Amino acid sequence: MMRKVKLPNIQKWNKYFTAGLIMTSVALFLAILGLFWTPYSTTAMSAAERFQAPSLMHPFGTDNFGRDIFSRVMKGMGTTIFISTLVVVCSGGAGILIGALTGYFGGIIDEVVMRITDAVNGFPSILLALVVISLMGSGRQNLIISLAIVFTPSFVRIVRSEFIRLRDADYIMRARLMGVGRVRILFVHILPNIFSTFWVSVMIGFNNAILAESGMSYLGIGVLPPDASLGKMLSDAQGYLMTAPWYALAPGLAIVWLVLGFSLLSEGMRRNP
Amino acid sequence: MKYLFKKLITLIMTLFLVSVAAFVAFQIIPGDVVTSILGTEATPEREEQLREELGLNDPPVKRYFNWVGDVIRGDLGVSYRYSKNMNEMMPVAELIGDKLPVTLWLAAIAVILIVVTAIPLGVFWAKSKSHALDACMGVLTQAAMAVPSFFLGIIVTYLFGIVFKLFSPGGYVSYRDNFPGFLGYLFFPALSVAIPKIAMTARFLRNSMLTEMKADYVRTAYSKGCSDRRVMYGHVLRNAMMPVITFLGMIIAEIVAGSIVVEQVFGLPGIGRLLISSISTRDFPVVEILILYITFVVIFVYFLVDILYRVIDPRISNR
Repeated sequence: MMRKVKLPNIQKWNKYFTAGLIMTSVALFLAILGLFWTPYSTTAMSAAERFQAPSLMHPFGTDNFGRDIFSRVMKGMGTTIFISTLVVVCSGGAGILIGALTGYFGGIIDEVVMRITDAVNGFPSILLALVVISLMGSGRQNLIISLAIVFTPSFVRIVRSEFIRLRDADYIMRARLMGVGRVRILFVHILPNIFSTFWVSVMIGFNNAILAESGMSYLGIGVLPPDASLGKMLSDAQGYLMTAPWYALAPGLAIVWLVLGFSLLSEGMRRNP
Repeated sequence: MKYLFKKLITLIMTLFLVSVAAFVAFQIIPGDVVTSILGTEATPEREEQLREELGLNDPPVKRYFNWVGDVIRGDLGVSYRYSKNMNEMMPVAELIGDKLPVTLWLAAIAVILIVVTAIPLGVFWAKSKSHALDACMGVLTQAAMAVPSFFLGIIVTYLFGIVFKLFSPGGYVSYRDNFPGFLGYLFFPALSVAIPKIAMTARFLRNSMLTEMKADYVRTAYSKGCSDRRVMYGHVLRNAMMPVITFLGMIIAEIVAGSIVVEQVFGLPGIGRLLISSISTRDFPVVEILILYITFVVIFVYFLVDILYRVIDPRISNR
């Protein structure tokens, strides 16, 4: 009686998917590589090498401390991807738990949760995260926690509406009649069928997390030095726009590459018949 | 009417909940603030005196209602950071009133840009019969949405400020000194805010129109001999605008709440920057009022959109 689970099938490759896959793989590769090795040291400062324009030696040029920008971008991408992944995993997990329980069982808890999510939903994420950080203090861990808190309501919403949709499906009712326990119904019967919708929102959430993290780092309330971050690099670069415009170009393009790659990837997956 | 009434009740309830949450978060939890106001002048007698004056010795519930009463009457509290001593306290209302016009005008220009650009763009895209153009527009809009607003702000600063020299970066013109110059300077931050939102809205509108174009009444209209223009603008656009209005409501709420990052990029003395600085200096009265303002704006805009929806399309019934 178990319904066939629909995993996202990658049978038909289309242009969006390939483009997105390539972009994301390049980014991931560079980020993971950056964990062990970068072409130049990201911390060694050298007055002699300051502000070199992009060249064969330094593909993105050097910054005001003489550090190679390309290496720093690699490190920065790693940080951003790491933080965003954690945020999405935490808020997605919490979203599934809360959404499943409130969607399936309903009742007054459902009403309360809905009110809260509605109130929180309209806020731009950076604002909310700002407030949480103000009460908690800054730093990498608190950043992840605050962003996870901020992103959970949207996941809850989506999961909840899916659970409500499937709650009265035939096969679920049959499972109930058969005496299947409630927990089992939730996680073995309903959850796998939500996967495709949930996955789409995960990908959107990942993109938003990247943008939020870099935004907050830009404002100075994200990761603190010595953690590298693309947002922080951008904020540093702004001061040198007249003299070294390439400094700003690299981290910005890195962010765009990440987000665009992921968007194309998810667009490609979505278009599969 | 019943629908309106229900919505109004929900609105008031949510506002109430939010105000309580803000009160608890920013007045109860942080604890004793008297020492930070008085600073070096703090002596036990003065502390007690200030506490009495500010009403900090009352029970929390009474304090909440006093606070609400104050806010309604326009007394929004006193900033910790900007108050030099007990006699020269800087009212929050003054701080905010100074910066609010900047943010509001920024929002206004951005919204106008969005509406004026995204709608024709969306219609044009929906009408287009060429696959290449479709794909091209698709990727372009995706790219525009992938650019973080601060990076876009930096690019705009570089292109229009440094290369084309259309404005001088960092040279903010106050609305008090020179209003046209003020608006002119605001144009560029507004552009940075607007571009990703234009892309989103155009995509949304295009999808909405494509769905509408498949409807029966469109075919009927064409077979009756209506010109392409009339069908598109008179019929399809009207119906396709519905979800777009909701979407625009979300965007407007977001922009009015304060484009924090863009204000930082261009050095605009608006609400966003005030929020950041008061959060870093733990100036809770200011933070509290700002959060309240933003929440109220967001909830209110959503409420308006809801009502507008119902007004435009009477078929929408209560849940």
